[in-house]
Amino acid sequence: MRWITEFLTSSIGKKLVMSLTGLFLISFLIVHLLGNLQLLISDNGKSFNIYAHFMSTNPLIKVISIGLYAGILLHAIQGILIALQNKKAKGSKYAVNTNANGSWISKNMALLGTFILFFLCVHMGDFWYKVKFTDTLEMITYPGVDYQVKDVFKRVAVAFENIWIVIIYLVGLVALGLHLIHGFQSAFTSLGLQHKKYTPIINIIGILFSVGISLAYAVIPLIMYFSKLSNY
Amino acid sequence: MQLTLKVWRQKNNKAEGKFEFHKIQAEEHMSFLEMLDVLNEKIVSEKKEPVAFEHDCREGICGSCSMVINGRPHGPQAGTTTCQLHMRAYKSGDTITIEPFRATSFPVIKDLVVDRSSFDNIIQAGGYISVNTGQAVDGNAIPVNRDDASDAFDSAACIGCGACVAACPNGSAMLFTSAKINHLEKLPQGKIEHNTRVKNMIKQMDKEGFGKCSNVGACGVECPKEIPMDNIAAMNRSYLTSVFTKE
Ligand code: HEM
Ligand code: SF4
Ligand code: FES
Repeated sequence: MRWITEFLTSSIGKKLVMSLTGLFLISFLIVHLLGNLQLLISDNGKSFNIYAHFMSTNPLIKVISIGLYAGILLHAIQGILIALQNKKAKGSKYAVNTNANGSWISKNMALLGTFILFFLCVHMGDFWYKVKFTDTLEMITYPGVDYQVKDVFKRVAVAFENIWIVIIYLVGLVALGLHLIHGFQSAFTSLGLQHKKYTPIINIIGILFSVGISLAYAVIPLIMYFSKLSNY
Repeated sequence: MQLTLKVWRQKNNKAEGKFEFHKIQAEEHMSFLEMLDVLNEKIVSEKKEPVAFEHDCREGICGSCSMVINGRPHGPQAGTTTCQLHMRAYKSGDTITIEPFRATSFPVIKDLVVDRSSFDNIIQAGGYISVNTGQAVDGNAIPVNRDDASDAFDSAACIGCGACVAACPNGSAMLFTSAKINHLEKLPQGKIEHNTRVKNMIKQMDKEGFGKCSNVGACGVECPKEIPMDNIAAMNRSYLTSVFTKE
């Protein structure tokens, strides 16, 4: 069994963990987006609330969500540790810094990650915590549905009436988009998946995905904020 | 041409270093090292301590002439070592900042000279093939595929200068280590010990305190032998394969 600890503490083993957890979080981003786009259906939140009820009660989803929390923690803690170790390995800085080589993003993954982490705390505190651990949400029953569901839609709609919350979301999404512009293709290199034939394709998909997913998420608070404005 | 040099001076590893300014007269035909020779002549004639810098072949093959010139290892020219850089790359009136390579695993010995024993230790951990002594084997006795031979040569071009580490914001030695691993892996003689070599060299690389690759790509840009970043991905692949599929 010593090979496992030896592997996981090696530089490449640590990067493998970053890469696999990163790709897992990417797959989560896709599923989470598809669910949340239901916020934009104009049925006063019915489909979204029923979906939210399913997500918070289904036992399989519960198990997966524990994996997700573990994945985020592992990725964030490992990422910050790697960044600190790398800083120590570099030691002192040069007097002249040309920034000629390597993108700003690739050198600031931990900074961008910290922004994302901060955003996640705000996001989870505002929705996840309030939905799970407080009684502040109203219960409603929909015709044709024989159980009561929490009105999560209203919580989201109220949050996105506040321009500052919308701005925090947009900043968080910019950080996420930038993190992924480097992270997506980097994850494949860390796994050793690089080849002249398919690496250019991965790079293009990575950029399209990063920009696309951030924009798609950004649309939700923006539409909800501006549609509220136009209702007055 | 009239130049102002801002050179790093540091007595020894323990001492704190600082920049020193010198004005010198150079020719554009001089190599960068010849220009430093002129500087040292001047310093010696003033009865002071000359600037220590490493050099050996002065033809771009030994990898000793390590220094960072205006923030770039081996200066501004792609695919060029410091000894092959010529003063025609600069113009009269320029100020040139010269610093040692910086990485925790490359401690400064004096002025511009750093200790790169950490690289030697990585090579000693597996950057070789084991052969029993005896008569030299006929070079053509083992057939090598033409493409494999040129791939191996592309990686073998690494001169172990350390510019990759110097350029990397993480102080990572992955370009060097991967070039050495892949060069041997491509050839029949090197394949035999490949799995143990990969594990041992990477273990040593970590032990020397080098950083972890974030796929920034600065190493490939600064490498005077233009060793491509693909080597690192190939090394990751080899390492994962040997950890998960071999004893
Ligand atoms: C949904 C959120 C996130 C996703 C989808 C994501 C995705 C990724 C991916 C795919 C990589 C590339 C892995 C590699 O280079 O092999 C990566 C790298 C990284 N991530 Fe994240 N990440 C997220 C959140 C975070 C957070 C919260 C932090 C930490 C505070 C963080 C810190 C890092 C760091 C430091 C790296 C660079 C590791 C290295 O290059 O050595 N990430 N991320
Ligand atoms: S990979 Fe390039 S920069 Fe690094 S040691 Fe070899 S020749 Fe020098
Ligand atoms: S002195 Fe040998 S490579 Fe420059």
